[in-house]
Amino acid sequence: MRRRETTPSELLERQLADIEARDGEVHAYLRLTPKSARAQAAAADQRYARGEPLGPLDGIPMAVKDVLCVDGVETTAGSQILAGYHPPYDATAIARLRAAGAVFVGMTNCDEFAMGSSTENSGYFPTHNPWGLDRVPGGSSGGSAAAVAAGMAVLALGTDTGGSIRQPAALCGVVGMKPTYGRVSRYGLIAFASSLDQIGPFTRSVTDAAQVMQVMAGRDPRDATSAAEPVDMLSELEAGVEGLRIGVAREYSEVEGLEPGVRARVDEAVLKLEGAGAELVEVALPHTDYGLAAYYIVAPAEASSNLARFDGIKYGASDPNAQTLVETYLRTRRQGFGPEVRRRIMLGTYALSSGYYDAYYLKAQKVRTLVARDFAEAFRDCDAIVSATSPTVAFELGAKTGDPLAMYLCDVLTLGGNLAGLPGISLPCGEAGGLPVGLQVLAPQWREDVALRVARAYEMASGVTARVAPA
Amino acid sequence: MTLAREQVRHVAWLARLGLEEGEEEFYAQQLSGILGHIDRLQQLDTEDIPPTAQVVEVINPLRDDVPEPGLDQAEALAGAPAQQDGYFLVKAIQEAEP
Repeated sequence: MRRRETTPSELLERQLADIEARDGEVHAYLRLTPKSARAQAAAADQRYARGEPLGPLDGIPMAVKDVLCVDGVETTAGSQILAGYHPPYDATAIARLRAAGAVFVGMTNCDEFAMGSSTENSGYFPTHNPWGLDRVPGGSSGGSAAAVAAGMAVLALGTDTGGSIRQPAALCGVVGMKPTYGRVSRYGLIAFASSLDQIGPFTRSVTDAAQVMQVMAGRDPRDATSAAEPVDMLSELEAGVEGLRIGVAREYSEVEGLEPGVRARVDEAVLKLEGAGAELVEVALPHTDYGLAAYYIVAPAEASSNLARFDGIKYGASDPNAQTLVETYLRTRRQGFGPEVRRRIMLGTYALSSGYYDAYYLKAQKVRTLVARDFAEAFRDCDAIVSATSPTVAFELGAKTGDPLAMYLCDVLTLGGNLAGLPGISLPCGEAGGLPVGLQVLAPQWREDVALRVARAYEMASGVTARVAPA
Repeated sequence: MTLAREQVRHVAWLARLGLEEGEEEFYAQQLSGILGHIDRLQQLDTEDIPPTAQVVEVINPLRDDVPEPGLDQAEALAGAPAQQDGYFLVKAIQEAEP
């Protein structure tokens, strides 16, 4: 666009045509906003044409997971209980991307309230994986991952509470980054588990992910947990891995359920990094098995509290036939929440309830300390930890919907990063059986630059980059 | 730890979550299976381990106390399923609990 070879409006029209051509099969988008997108693109056209100062993402089409408030656009967290909700403000992440010139195209599908690993828990419809339409795209940010993988978005936003950016990025063969807890403001994010949630980008290259992170990151007075740490995602991006120590943990490389094809691609990726000059180090994460159990107490407990606000009174759906206030609560929440959300609300309420708090919630918080200490210990010996993102490639739709625990195990390699607040990135490292495999890079808190640098070094050394899934 | 149907009913009530016919049994079974996995937490000795509520070392940052415009009354009420005279409207609150 800077070379005047195309314009934001042309790019947008191509994008809308691609969505028209492919989304009937993929179902990545819940709703599109072509009218406002065309207005934003036209404004960007003017800036390019007049030589005005440009934002770092000026004229780039962007999709947004349906959990981030976009001013005046229906935002539902993939749930019927928020059907018809039009937020009166932008989330801070959206506002910053808007200010950088991004053109907002639509809201993407996700598991209801971001709870799930396949996008099959959406209160609307499932999304299909562009690499195999009988497969799930992963979740919970499956719509965003699928949109980028199918060429229906250049960049998309997701959220990651236990792996909900990295796992779908892996299953769809794109780049997805979860920042350090506190790196990106959560203002305007519909909360799932407030001590774990982070917003991050999906892109088709590590460099693009770094650019988006640079725009979104940084202190926001409207989120007291957002940090004032300096933000520099770009200056060391091309520095390579010469002299970096890359940790490999046996608990991750031998995790139960790891498919041989996934392991083979990840082992090859680790050797590529060694070949590029990294020193390989063995590290230990002894509480990995317990992390999953702790997560499935902490996250549902926080969710049960956060989701108490959906009461049929302030916004969203409400049962008109209720006769009393308590009936309004009971009936609205019965009709509005799907099975997985109900399961987690009950699990969380149970873990916080009188008589069980110490045995479950307090215990899980203590185990969270042990998981965080594992990582702190490991990062004394290495600069980044590399592993598979997901133990498996994309599985078939319906394969795990009847077994919640099997679905939860999808997150075993990602949720440790959330419990410990670490930044992590997933990027494509080849295929197994024709489906993408994702490589995860975890780094110490505030060291997104290291995770990005290792990921970029892998891209350069391997020549493997995300590409659009063939139609 | 297994969850009995009465406990499911109690927890659903605490969460103000209406259940359909037959769901108590369904969730009792599923939640018991999940708790069966979670019970491995009890294998760990955490006697001297402090709990972690949040993980980054940011302590009570405050913004400057500068007034700025917020939502006005009409905007705040715009999403309400029912409203009257500038208030959220709710159904009768004086029914006995079931």
